[in-house]
Amino acid sequence: MAAVGGVARTADGRALLKDAAIGAGIAALLGAVIVGLHTVPRGGGLDIEPRWGELAGGVALVFLGRLALGLVRARRPRADALAAAGGLATAASGAVWPTDFLAVVAAGGGFLVALWALASMARRTSRAAVALDAARRLIARNSAGAGRWIAVAALAAALALPFLPGADRRLMDIAILVMTYVMLGWGLNVVVGLAGLLDLGYVAFYAVGAYTFALLALHLGLGFWECLPLAGLAAAAFGVALGFPVLRLRGDYLAIVTLGFGEMIRIVLTNWVGFTRGPNGISGIPRPDFFGLPFAAQPREGERTFSEFFGVAYSPMQRIVFLYYLILALALLTNFVTLRLRRLPLGRAWEALREDEIACRALGLNPVNIKLTAFAIGATFGGIAGAFFATRQGFISPESFTFIESAIILAIVVLGGMGSQLGVAVAAFVLIGIPEWFRDLQEYRMLAFGAAMVLIMVWRPRGLLEFRAPTIRLQRRGAASA
Amino acid sequence: MEYFLQQLINGITLGAIYGLIAIGYTMVYGIIGMINFAHGEVYMIGAFIALIAFLILEPAGGAMLVVSLVVVLLVTMLLTSVYGWALERIAYRPLRGSPRLAALISAIGMSIALQNYVQLVQGARVKTLQPVIHGGFALTESGEFAVTLSYMQILIVAMTLVLMTAFSVVIARTALGRAQRACEQDSHMAALLGVNVDRTISLTFVLGATLAAVAGMMVVLYYGVIDFFIGFLAGIKAFTAAVLGGIGSIPGAMLGGLLIGLVEAFWSGYFSIEYKDVAAFSVLVLVLIFRPTGLLGRPEVEKV
Repeated sequence: MAAVGGVARTADGRALLKDAAIGAGIAALLGAVIVGLHTVPRGGGLDIEPRWGELAGGVALVFLGRLALGLVRARRPRADALAAAGGLATAASGAVWPTDFLAVVAAGGGFLVALWALASMARRTSRAAVALDAARRLIARNSAGAGRWIAVAALAAALALPFLPGADRRLMDIAILVMTYVMLGWGLNVVVGLAGLLDLGYVAFYAVGAYTFALLALHLGLGFWECLPLAGLAAAAFGVALGFPVLRLRGDYLAIVTLGFGEMIRIVLTNWVGFTRGPNGISGIPRPDFFGLPFAAQPREGERTFSEFFGVAYSPMQRIVFLYYLILALALLTNFVTLRLRRLPLGRAWEALREDEIACRALGLNPVNIKLTAFAIGATFGGIAGAFFATRQGFISPESFTFIESAIILAIVVLGGMGSQLGVAVAAFVLIGIPEWFRDLQEYRMLAFGAAMVLIMVWRPRGLLEFRAPTIRLQRRGAASA
Repeated sequence: MEYFLQQLINGITLGAIYGLIAIGYTMVYGIIGMINFAHGEVYMIGAFIALIAFLILEPAGGAMLVVSLVVVLLVTMLLTSVYGWALERIAYRPLRGSPRLAALISAIGMSIALQNYVQLVQGARVKTLQPVIHGGFALTESGEFAVTLSYMQILIVAMTLVLMTAFSVVIARTALGRAQRACEQDSHMAALLGVNVDRTISLTFVLGATLAAVAGMMVVLYYGVIDFFIGFLAGIKAFTAAVLGGIGSIPGAMLGGLLIGLVEAFWSGYFSIEYKDVAAFSVLVLVLIFRPTGLLGRPEVEKV
């Protein structure tokens, strides 16, 4: 960890202060113009309004933060105590900061530093250290088994969610959104996690699925269930079509080209007004029915509604709960197919290709077919998720399929630990569920999202759950289990 | 013919701007082998800093035009290069030696964070600057379509040429340039021979950010309209330029920038302005398929 710098080892107070002052000075340079001088429209042009208070607040926070970091890293009892006290004091100093944002950062950051310092103190007392160590070893030894139990528990919780107390409209909406991203993450995981093909344009397939369904419903009057497989097929066709030209590329180049394809599809959707209605989007996309029974207060001619058929009172929540179970089922289907595919020769070939393409070719595997199937299968799931998105929203426009969506989905896969199915679900919950809950902080949401991506990567470069179940385990000498 | 000439002039101007940004991508890719996804954001921040600096110096008036241009240029270069340095220090250095995907995700995260940071502190609205440099030459008077070469376009191309020359000298002749090329070839070996690799990488980011800052300033002067989102598309097109020219090659980045600028100008001039971005992306795809090493790049030999 060269990045920690020399400060970590020298707990000398003067060095710490100097380091913090340098950090603050850099922050002042960074913010001097962008934060300190605000452009405000006045008359025909722009005017400048100084905001030195905010700048000073931000610089002070950087100073305190850098100091706290140095103190905790010094790993000395007195430094820890100082950091804990300072952190708590900063957290308590709500009123001093010029803006809400700085106050929130001060409170949150101070609290975290205090917690970290206290943990560091606890680690030093022998009993706590022994307990922590034993726990860590236990987890490491049983991670495979523990993963399975966590997965079962998470599945049970997901199934029971709509019936839990407190499952109101808002919570269910967030749950549907999180499950959509879990499905997308699992779909992309086939391409990125298993086959090792870095795809930054996954949102293209999501868009193809959504638009396939919307256009079929608009022009041919098809319903959700007929369109679901068609959306998957259309996306798969696009996956092959887009995958074919880029087979020779690898790594970052592949990422940029797929990004280009994703943007091209969005630009075409925006500009081909005659076909896609352009930026206005398509509205009036049919809602899903319960195997032919629509969710509605009043039945149409010759139809029975869901509530009539089952003899229950109509409630708008019924459709929400149904949508939730629908996306849960689709996501689980994705997961199931992926897990089974991993055991087929095809899945093995994906993983082999990810590890070493040259060795694969030497063994007679055909990288073209292997990569194309990965693209096609990943795209299929993206397309199905897109059709679900269209039916849930009832309205789609190219605005929903920007690059940022691809980045979010890729971040979910990578933060989840590349190839770990459980990790993807955890990462989707962390990246989508938590920010969605704080939607009121709209302005700061994406800033925090980007910062979190950086921090999580710096903290755990291999993802939140590093552990990935090995596909093949050697049991006895020379015997490979299936 | 006049129309063609005008598009050619516009294309070269645009290409000079893309080329300056592309150098940042190509140098970073050459030295640490990763796409600095947030480089477009650095350019965007450079544009904002230049805009604010111009607004402050506006009252100074036209007589001081040259002085204020130089002051804005220096301030923008200095402050933007701090962003380049901090970017590397915060988001990339801790991830050196980790899986490449981790660095890429960190870069994307940084790009999202910087975009939203600027949106937050400067607002989401489009910012405009009144033209600072007016006028130009009329090249043809006779035809119905007058071809103009504005002073601004001359300034952009001239400044790009000066910077490129200075930059080539830095890379070819100075100790920093030698260290930079050594790290690019083999950073382990360079470290063993006493080259401070960390510092060289930091300086590479600083240099790239400085050039991006100049590009940002010229965009503010040329178009006079910026917002917090300009970094994304410009970044991707500049990366395309870097790939087109052969990644790792600095003259290649310039050449690629020029070609992308021309493709974009002619495409919007003769076909459709809506699909000009598609044209740039198509160039990227075609180059990577048919000549993955770019126009001036060295072929990468894969060894087992």
